[in-house]
Amino acid sequence: MVSRSLQLKILSAIIVFGAWEIAGRIPVSYAFPTFIDSMVALVRMAFDGTLLVAYGETLKPLVVGILISSIFGIGIGLWIGLSEKFDWLFSPIFIVMQAAPLAALIPILVMAYGIGLTSKVFVVCIMAMPVIVLNTAGAVRNTPASIKEMGKSYLGSDMDIITKIILPSASPVIFSGLRLGVSAGFIGAILAELKITPTGVGDIITYSRSIADYPAMYAAIFSIIMLAVLFLNLLERIEVYLFEGNVRGYASD
Amino acid sequence: MTVFGIRLPAMSSLILWALLWEIVGQLDLTFFIPPLSEVVVTLTGVIGTSSFLKALSETAYAFAMGVFFAVVIGIPVGILMGKNRLTDELLLPWVNMFLSAPLTALVPVLMVLFGFGMKSIIITTTLFAIWIIILNTRAGVLQINRSLVEMAHSYGAKPLAAFYKIYFWAALPEILGGVRIGIIRAVKGVIIGQLLISIVGFGALFELYASNFLMSHFWAVLIVLFALAFSVSEILAYMERRVAYYAASR
Amino acid sequence: MVMPQIKEAVMQLDVSGTENAVVARNVSKNYGKVEALKNMSLEFPRGQLTSLLGPSGCGKTTLLKIIGGLLQPTSGEIEVNGKPVNAPGPDRAFVFQDFALMPWANVIRNVAFGLELRGVAKSEREAIAEKYIADVGLKGFEKSYPHELSGGMRQRVGLARALSVDADVLLMDEPFSAVDEQTRRKFQEDLLRLVQNENKTFIFVTHSIEEAVYVSDQIAILLPRPSRVSEIIRPTGFRSMDADTIRRNPEYLDIVDRIWASLRSYVE
Repeated sequence: MVSRSLQLKILSAIIVFGAWEIAGRIPVSYAFPTFIDSMVALVRMAFDGTLLVAYGETLKPLVVGILISSIFGIGIGLWIGLSEKFDWLFSPIFIVMQAAPLAALIPILVMAYGIGLTSKVFVVCIMAMPVIVLNTAGAVRNTPASIKEMGKSYLGSDMDIITKIILPSASPVIFSGLRLGVSAGFIGAILAELKITPTGVGDIITYSRSIADYPAMYAAIFSIIMLAVLFLNLLERIEVYLFEGNVRGYASD
Repeated sequence: MTVFGIRLPAMSSLILWALLWEIVGQLDLTFFIPPLSEVVVTLTGVIGTSSFLKALSETAYAFAMGVFFAVVIGIPVGILMGKNRLTDELLLPWVNMFLSAPLTALVPVLMVLFGFGMKSIIITTTLFAIWIIILNTRAGVLQINRSLVEMAHSYGAKPLAAFYKIYFWAALPEILGGVRIGIIRAVKGVIIGQLLISIVGFGALFELYASNFLMSHFWAVLIVLFALAFSVSEILAYMERRVAYYAASR
Repeated sequence: MVMPQIKEAVMQLDVSGTENAVVARNVSKNYGKVEALKNMSLEFPRGQLTSLLGPSGCGKTTLLKIIGGLLQPTSGEIEVNGKPVNAPGPDRAFVFQDFALMPWANVIRNVAFGLELRGVAKSEREAIAEKYIADVGLKGFEKSYPHELSGGMRQRVGLARALSVDADVLLMDEPFSAVDEQTRRKFQEDLLRLVQNENKTFIFVTHSIEEAVYVSDQIAILLPRPSRVSEIIRPTGFRSMDADTIRRNPEYLDIVDRIWASLRSYVE
């Protein structure tokens, strides 16, 4: 017996993809292929290796950028959360970065670092880093005072308190910051491929648009959105699995 | 932070960073970073020019329209999802998906469907903003006190009246929270849209400055843009705090 | 006022004969212009339970945290076993009002955490922790997480953690205020037994008059604005009696009434 929730998810998918199919058959626009055509194109590209090569290319700046953002983001965030001076000095930068449309920096990055991997990694980093830093700093700052006092009263050293109390206590929020960072990183990676130089999936999108192979274009877009959503879902599940008790445990009832 | 017993305001360190920028610029380390003073001088010159005003008004128009559609569509959909379980279960997976999906990938589709103009940029902006508005509105409606709804029914409120007299107001703090995040996302959306469809607004201006190596022009426009975006987000945060009082006392 | 004024009427025990485990001397604590504690002196006899009782704002938790070394006094000093202290030490263990359990750690790790921070080997500290988990009545919950426990059980974990480091002095900051009334009564009875069986000194902050009179060998009544010790009461008549009969004892009821009479004007 399939659960109601899953049944409805399938029903919902059928409705949306059905509407796509019908809209494509009318067609609402010469540039709007049917769902089935797009899926055929997707399967074709998946089997002839086009997608595999493309993703190898697309994931490179994404993975490098996310790694750099995570390591530096968590490090800086931890420092900001622990030190009032550092907080005063660096928080404003990341608060402004978080609110500002950093994508506008892309033209300058291209001029400074060319159209290669470096620029694309940079784009991923500026998109992903602020949320990682701000989440980490906030989580570190909001460690419940009483557990820190507990650590102190049971003779924990400063290092003990950071590694055994502050970091574990902050890790759920740090992790969700990472998830948001990855989500922003995906936006940056694709933006970089569409804006800087068409490589990887961005290349499939741009090229198939230029030769009016719309099913292939839609298939590539469909695949990158699916990949991002599935990956973020996976991260969310890991998060729930790792920190289930932790999150609920804060209730002081 | 406090120095010599004086409490320094939160964002005051930006002055220090501006100073650092000026020094780096004066040292002439890199062509890409002109001194801040030079940028500010350019800024005062650029602000009055017709090309800047045109870019600003085009961007403001796209942004306002995008946010308008996101709010006008997003809030009712969110209320509907919060009230009706079937709608909720049918729509929620998609809302969650688009909330975290790389929406930049959809811009090329918008370009082929709606052309290389304003329409595509407005839709991009709406797409960036709408999902969080729907989700927050839904969350706001879901936490409405049951007895408030029962009160409305017992006094004979019609469904539509209940919709606008009870649900909207009871969920207002969450809705405003969603609108605030939505608007911050919309700022990013409108710029990303203009960068990819680079023939209107600031997208075109950036292209022009970058190809002519007008560094201080570029930074000047960037400063204006960042300042505007930051002000918008701070004003909204302030407004949200003003209604926070009744979020607590509901 | 340097020394607390001691009411002769209830003062029946000779304090000078008892050795003090903790002594607070002229302790003051200011937060900017606010005086949280002003020139407070108090003695805590060894092996006994002393309550700090008073309306909110009287500085009872501040004093406890200064004794625990978590706060630094602006002036004055704290002596533990005759030696001045100004930081947390192995001679004192703290029980927190909100339990201060680590939500990501199970019961046994929480209980053994004090020993873990002291560098005790894992097998050894877990053996000690297991003993105290059983002592507080949580046998079988070693692998549970705090969110799976009720409020009362969580505070038992906090108590087991304090006991497992084997400190001379137990500092309890309103430990039962976050648990329900019935659990609280059970806790109070257990605490009486604990004071009798363990040779430890207890310093107990509470805002419940009945609780203070029920469990204490000595009650220090603190009053706010300015913060001071207004009275020290040593209930003696019913201390050796059965836990069930204390609440019907005339002396118990008298003391409760008297304390309420002196505190009622401070309650808003």
